[in-house]
Amino acid sequence: MTMIFGIPIQAFLGQLLVGLINGSFYAMLSLGLAIIFGLLRVINFAHGAQYMLGAFVGYLLLAHLGIGYWPALIIAPLIVGIIGIVIERLALARLYDIDPLYGLLFTFGLALVIEGIFRYYFGVSGNPYTVPPLLAGGTNLGFMFLPVYRGFVVVASLIVCLGTWLAIEKTRLGSYLRAATENPRLVQAFGVNVPLLLTLTYGLGSALAGLAGILAAPVYQVSPLMGSNLIIVVFAVVVVGGMGSILGAIVTGYMLGLAEGLTKVFYPEASNIVIFVIMAIVLLVRPAGLFGKDA
Amino acid sequence: MAELTLSEARVKTSGRLEWVLVALGILGLVAAPFVIYPIFMMKMLCFALFACAFNLLLGYTGLLSFGHAAFFGGASYFTAHAVKVWGWSPEAGIILGVVGAAILGLVMGFFAIRRQGIYFAMITLALAQMFFFFCVQASFTGGEDGIQGVPRGMLFGLVDLHVPLNIYYFVLAVFLIGVFIIWRIVNSPFGMILRSIRENENRATSLGYTVANYKLAAFVMSAALSGLAGSLKAIVFQFATLTDVAWQMSGEVILMTLLGGIGTMVGPIIGAGLVVGLQNTLATSDFPVTIATGLIFMVCVLIFRRGIVGEIYARLLTPAARAAKD
Repeated sequence: MTMIFGIPIQAFLGQLLVGLINGSFYAMLSLGLAIIFGLLRVINFAHGAQYMLGAFVGYLLLAHLGIGYWPALIIAPLIVGIIGIVIERLALARLYDIDPLYGLLFTFGLALVIEGIFRYYFGVSGNPYTVPPLLAGGTNLGFMFLPVYRGFVVVASLIVCLGTWLAIEKTRLGSYLRAATENPRLVQAFGVNVPLLLTLTYGLGSALAGLAGILAAPVYQVSPLMGSNLIIVVFAVVVVGGMGSILGAIVTGYMLGLAEGLTKVFYPEASNIVIFVIMAIVLLVRPAGLFGKDA
Repeated sequence: MAELTLSEARVKTSGRLEWVLVALGILGLVAAPFVIYPIFMMKMLCFALFACAFNLLLGYTGLLSFGHAAFFGGASYFTAHAVKVWGWSPEAGIILGVVGAAILGLVMGFFAIRRQGIYFAMITLALAQMFFFFCVQASFTGGEDGIQGVPRGMLFGLVDLHVPLNIYYFVLAVFLIGVFIIWRIVNSPFGMILRSIRENENRATSLGYTVANYKLAAFVMSAALSGLAGSLKAIVFQFATLTDVAWQMSGEVILMTLLGGIGTMVGPIIGAGLVVGLQNTLATSDFPVTIATGLIFMVCVLIFRRGIVGEIYARLLTPAARAAKD
């Protein structure tokens, strides 16, 4: 058996793959957080709850309406996005003029309510969501066994992240978004409907969380608590990356996922704190974050 | 001129009125165990002290920490372990808890004050979560089971804390001392500098204050006093569990402070009383506590940001009197 640093290469690559998958979700979620924060100056604490909501929409569609994975991949983000738009219009829009910490507190309360409702109806145990038939099984890559769905998740998240980045960097709507992030008043004066842009941005960010949720459903168990522990890790990812750059959020997400996977190989006891340790080190060396512009 | 003296007079009367209210409140707390279930009152006092300690940081220094559960729950672990496993006396166990929480606060604060505002909140949350995972895995915390059956012991070797009234008046005394310390800090020159940092950090820097040191000092004091509350809770309830270090607990103390009134002395106490009371009421009903907590959060942020006591101040006091109070 081939060994690498005294560890069988299969185990090494297996943990690396787990890290890459976790990293895919960190990247998608921190991307959504960064987009929302960039324009709204709100840290969306409900992001984890919206991720959970996406997974549950998929689960409920399958369990009660018999609607499978592929339609759910479109419907779940859509529903989560629409709920996000309603929340932005009804509540968040009233909080833009005051201390941004209130936005954090409001979305924290929102997360508690959403999770509380799902815990009330579904308990805390996880519900399995079967992998769609097209992506079931696995392939032997020669050096390791790769479940097809896991490979699909990595590719899909790369496409989503790069697609979102390109949309923000290269399209006209994206240029409005970047301009409004720099100076909303000026952009408004040029005739762009900035309040509408804010609403759509929150909807888009929420939809990204919902999409991550439905992608995660077959990998992890669908449970009401799946988002709350994840969101704290994603916050640490965001602190490490700094929210100044969209690409920075994506890259940091994958990197920290991989770092977590590597730690699982060499020192499993520390695997669930390694991201926080990295955050502390980055704060010492470069307080603004790896890609951050603001101090 | 007449206007000015009138408002000055009003400050004086409202000041005197306040002292009367405080005296009445203390009397009420002394009489409470004969009317209200003492365990409930002690739970309320522990959380009230916790919320006051938290408010020292949020209300008077302007720093929103999302990680105060680490100090509260951490201290309760330290105390429970020292009293149960090492056989320490309750007062020594509580001192250990306070010192432990202060050290924890020094380390967490050292990292967290490197960023401001929303990042500060996220960093404290992440570091507290790290401490939570540490508590899950460390052997001295008992993992998922926590530390159960902590003896209350003999206070100073004289007073048996297993007697309900003894423990109640001990908790009340510690609570009053803790709140008095916070009141002294807030109204000291040091407290004034903290407020100036809250109002305008850059200006405080330009006036020559080393803002980072003041922030760190406030953070450590708040952590130590939160630890005092946590240690007290471990002695009262005779256990320490993961619930007290989990992020939900950090959220709860924010809610208590927000509901009662950020930056007021009495607000967090009232907020803690209401939240603990609500939890007790809901515990017997079918309605989940998290939903109620979340809803109160949302309502407070949207339409009630001054909190109960802040709202009363805003309505009762004239603008001049309020300026004199601040």
